[in-house]
Amino acid sequence: MNGQKNRRNTGEMAETINATEQEIIADFELFDEWTEKYEYIIEMGLKLPPIDKKYMTDAYKIKGCQSSVWLNSYEKDGLLYFEADSDSAFVKGEIALLIKVLSGRKPQEIIDAELKFIDAIGLRQHIAVTRANGLASMIKQIKTYALAEINKS
Amino acid sequence: MQGEVAAATKFDVDEIRKQFPVLSQKVYGKPLIYFDNAATSQKPLSVIQAITEYYSTYNSNVHRGVHFLSQKASDAYDQVRVKVKDFINAPSEEEVIFTSGTTDSINLVAYTWGRKFINEGDEIVISSMEHHSNLVPWQMLCEEKKAVLKVVPMNDAGELQPDDFQKTLSPKTRFVAITHTSNSLGTINAVEEMIGMVRKHSEKINYDVPVLIDAAQAMIHEKVDVQQLDCDFLCFSSHKMLGPTGMGVLYGKASRLNQMPPWRGGGDMIKSVSFEKTTFNDIPYRFEAGTPHIAGVIGMGAAIDYLNSLDRKAALQHELQLTRHAQHLLANIAGVKLIGTAKHKTSVVSFIIEGVNAMDAGMYLDTQGIAVRTGHHCTEPLMNRLNIPGTIRASFAFYNTLHEVNVFGEAVKKAIAFLKR
Repeated sequence: MNGQKNRRNTGEMAETINATEQEIIADFELFDEWTEKYEYIIEMGLKLPPIDKKYMTDAYKIKGCQSSVWLNSYEKDGLLYFEADSDSAFVKGEIALLIKVLSGRKPQEIIDAELKFIDAIGLRQHIAVTRANGLASMIKQIKTYALAEINKS
Repeated sequence: MQGEVAAATKFDVDEIRKQFPVLSQKVYGKPLIYFDNAATSQKPLSVIQAITEYYSTYNSNVHRGVHFLSQKASDAYDQVRVKVKDFINAPSEEEVIFTSGTTDSINLVAYTWGRKFINEGDEIVISSMEHHSNLVPWQMLCEEKKAVLKVVPMNDAGELQPDDFQKTLSPKTRFVAITHTSNSLGTINAVEEMIGMVRKHSEKINYDVPVLIDAAQAMIHEKVDVQQLDCDFLCFSSHKMLGPTGMGVLYGKASRLNQMPPWRGGGDMIKSVSFEKTTFNDIPYRFEAGTPHIAGVIGMGAAIDYLNSLDRKAALQHELQLTRHAQHLLANIAGVKLIGTAKHKTSVVSFIIEGVNAMDAGMYLDTQGIAVRTGHHCTEPLMNRLNIPGTIRASFAFYNTLHEVNVFGEAVKKAIAFLKR
């Protein structure tokens, strides 16, 4: 799994968004209960590297009902990368999942991504509406960055 | 024999829990611990059965039909108005208006009394601990009328001080809207004393300032007597006092209600209608346009019956015991800070954990089967005043147990161990 991820980061032939989503779905199939999924997402969140403090300003902030997210993106060799932080470990875990799927992709791929894994791993049914909206805002912002990148070129 | 009498009068929480079917279930394989009672209370069987019985055996529209079912439904519906009158000790049932909830009740007053009597430069007084529902309607009214919203400050314990309240009153004060009990902090305000201050102030400025009390959080816990309080308006929701959602009450003094124009037009609120002129009905019907929430009214009636059947003094004592115990447990956990430490407070325990996001902790408690609320609890200005983004709130009802509080205390410790790394 890590080998595949590194391959993408080193610019080799990357696996598709769909393949990464399938990987995540397979990971979550190991868990029977929501409790285990929650703990796994928190673990992912706690492991997410913090972003540079200079991005933790209102310009990079996505305001949710119960948590804040700071999201930055940058382009390298035609691919778009994301880094983000939050005051909630759970939200950071959600970000880690999104980054795993969407970071280091071509802008058009990001725009086209359907992100079916969110339903498949049972995440959507377990987050309150306000939280689901927070996740939706993050995805929207990531796609907006991708759209802006396309319009730039 | 004596023993039996003692047992019958003792507050038997196990027996009471049998009346609340929701409570006996498991979530994620763990017994449900429902500590989100300030958001909505659970419903006893008698309420569920009253609603089922209405829909199963006498569902019909009220005040319209000449037939048997309609008569039965109308009787049941009208009886609840009398029940509510007695429940809050209102002088007459025409002063009891059925609404969809506290928010609806407050908006009704803001849109009718407010639009008719509030003018440019007038001042409306609220407190810094109001729920958004007792803030936004007044803010909207102020914007429309170019009036001014005055906010009574609170101290760090989360209390409104009589001096601060007095200072907020001015010659331009035209309305006062204050919460009886804070949903975020649990503070019980000295509303009777405040109303007394408004009455004296009214004499001084020669303007009879009305006072609205938001009692949404109070009704399940204590007896609220509108004549003793001498409030002009009292607003509350059925769902926070064992009844169904989508149902609430506006009590208003007849002298006030009679001055207020109707709000929504439609059936039931009229006396006669022609294309040239409509004559409006008397209170309370003038404010109840359209087919009402009949099942909601009947369910609320059953909720009042249930509350009346309880030893309410014992129930309150039990809730306060749970609250003190929870506060004691939390105060002894490193990193936990209690928010809202008013001397006089209801069974709400709000807290934050240093270095742990409130929502993450709330979600952890959920995995343990414990339902709490996290966030700003629809009181954003209050959270800003306290300089915190939100709290974790455990709110207890009389059907909760000391054992549940102990499980909760242990779960908070586990949450910290898991999340604070």
